[in-house]
Amino acid sequence: MDLTDLLEIAEKERSARKPTMIRCCTAAGCLSQNGQAIKKALTDAVAEAGLASEVEVVGVGCMGLCSQGPLVQVGADGPLYEKVTTEDAPSIIAALQGGQATAKTGDPLHPFFTRQVPVVLENSGRINPERIESYIEVGGYQALCHVVREMQPLEVCAVITESGLRGRGGAGYPTGLKWATVAKTEAERKYVVCNADEGDPGAFMDRSVLESDPHRVLEGMAIAAYAVGASQGYVYVRGEYPLAISRLKTAISQARRLGILGVGVFETRFDFRVDIRIGAGAFVCGEETALMRSIEGQRGTPRPRPPFPAARGLWGFPTLINNVETLANIAPIVTRGADWFAGIGMPKSKGTKVFALAGKVSNTGLIEVPMGTPLRTIVEEMGGGVPEGGRVKAVQTGGPSGGCIPADHLDTPVDYESLAQLGSIMGSGGMIVMDEADNMVEIARFFMEFCMDESCGKCVPCRAGTVQIHRILSKLSAGEGTREDIETLRDLCDMVKQTSLCGLGQSAPNPVLSTLRYYRHEYDALVTQTGPPAPSDRPQDGAGRPRGSQKGEGR
Amino acid sequence: MSTVASKEPESPPRPAPRAHPSGDNRFKMLEATMKRHQYQADALIEVLHTAQELFGFLETDLLLYVAHSLKVPPSRVFGVATFYHFFSLKPQGDHTCVICMGTACYVKGAANLVSTVEGLCGVKLGETTADGKVSLLAARCLGACGIAPAVVLDGDVFGNTAAEGLHERVKGWLS
Repeated sequence: MDLTDLLEIAEKERSARKPTMIRCCTAAGCLSQNGQAIKKALTDAVAEAGLASEVEVVGVGCMGLCSQGPLVQVGADGPLYEKVTTEDAPSIIAALQGGQATAKTGDPLHPFFTRQVPVVLENSGRINPERIESYIEVGGYQALCHVVREMQPLEVCAVITESGLRGRGGAGYPTGLKWATVAKTEAERKYVVCNADEGDPGAFMDRSVLESDPHRVLEGMAIAAYAVGASQGYVYVRGEYPLAISRLKTAISQARRLGILGVGVFETRFDFRVDIRIGAGAFVCGEETALMRSIEGQRGTPRPRPPFPAARGLWGFPTLINNVETLANIAPIVTRGADWFAGIGMPKSKGTKVFALAGKVSNTGLIEVPMGTPLRTIVEEMGGGVPEGGRVKAVQTGGPSGGCIPADHLDTPVDYESLAQLGSIMGSGGMIVMDEADNMVEIARFFMEFCMDESCGKCVPCRAGTVQIHRILSKLSAGEGTREDIETLRDLCDMVKQTSLCGLGQSAPNPVLSTLRYYRHEYDALVTQTGPPAPSDRPQDGAGRPRGSQKGEGR
Repeated sequence: MSTVASKEPESPPRPAPRAHPSGDNRFKMLEATMKRHQYQADALIEVLHTAQELFGFLETDLLLYVAHSLKVPPSRVFGVATFYHFFSLKPQGDHTCVICMGTACYVKGAANLVSTVEGLCGVKLGETTADGKVSLLAARCLGACGIAPAVVLDGDVFGNTAAEGLHERVKGWLS
């Protein structure tokens, strides 16, 4: 297997293609709305119309606009049909020959599509994720072939460093630097791990990438392995994503069959094996040290860093851990060059970012925009704002580790630094829009309940702190809180943030702190409405007036 | 010391997948999975996944069997099985209703769905009805946020769920 073979496969795939291609979204969102049956109905309709030699119906990955699914698109830029039902199928085929389709036609020129700059998602919804040939046809695996045959490992690290790519899992650590650290560590064995344990509620970017373009991630992993000198890789996927797991399995066996993975990648002396490890529903396993313990078959509890995984990782060997989206960025950087990538986005946050837009917004789905795009563009222009004329109250980014950004900060550009300044984080890319009906204390309580349940219990601040914070928030929500509780809440949050062992605990208070910062009045309202008065005007113990009389005055 | 011992030839080679004394064929399949992983302790989570798939839930005897086969202390197997939400140590009902409690589903009214089914079944989320017909479960996030609120009914994902529709479906199971 070499470049010529790749080009040959691509050519063969291209010539076998029928003149018209109808693409049906078969990613999880559309599948759950009968996507598979629609694909079958379309195939049947094609056969019935006698067009089988000219039209092919292909199942593709995520087409982005989940709220309007199931989606079907004719040709590369043809009409986009939304909310398709099986009954619409014959008319869609008839429309190819001048008929009228009964399905609702979408607008491919809507800002939702035109504002996007697809890099990670460039193949999503275009190729068939279950055929390696389909990926090779669009230039897949050429970057890997080039890297293993013509580049030195440190050269590869240098390209990634120059590109300015930063980790897309949330923290934004420079990817090139991480690679170079692992590459320079001497060890008898090294590992590459793809972190696909997308635990943030409200985030589904990684699921979509794995379901729509699994080979892209494998290619990124193989390039990373070559760069750092690893020969074994693991993809750690959430058990909640059965479709992603099955497509990944298919992709691995296809790549192995073609000699792209396994012993002698592209007939070189570089070996790379990839295995899948399925998570078992623990949010903390997204944290890298916990994830490694889980791969080793243990309880997923984190450990202190340093030593960082780059020095001592899986089974004590240096391990490179990258997020799915980070790895999906690698092949295009190698192909098109570091300068091209560095030309997109902001000075400190380069490239694009995939966001999962959901919540109270008209167009929910997956979008990819250059770093630095203002939140307003994403939420109002692309997302179409709150349905039925409601007003955006806040945008929640970063899941349970992030914060709520209030509507008056919507002009903030989305990059690592700007979001951090607002007390939130980029996170993995979940973006939940909230409207005036959402109570922020309730939202903070929701996230704290999540963190409380998901705390692994290893360190005390997180194990006990999250429970206490949740208790206070519940008390406040029930209207039984005092002003003192709000102060205790703040102190507790600071303590948990500063003393917890891992990222889960350190970031768990973020939703509370950010809502306290921007929506303090909602906390206050819960206290003043029904609770006892603030400590300042409440007599201290033994200071005279009994509490009962004061309550009476309050009424 | 233990490494030396394991290298000694006197330890007999492991036999091919053994039949379980109970004659239950599912043990054979579990044994095959463990064999594929060469009885490595690292494969514990994978093995538990298979065990749960085969048996529906992880009984204490099953956990002991896995511990014995992989040569790890039962405490570790029990520790892992209880740590991860995916593993269930109690039998599930004939039907399962999983309600996604991710952020997107939450702001789109998942709590309402929860109270609907809880009221209908008379049990809380995470419990099974007394007659063993329906199990109510919560999911952290199905990643189907674009079609929130989402539920999984007997393994099939449904998006944009309305409380009425869910009520009908679960009521059908209970009768």
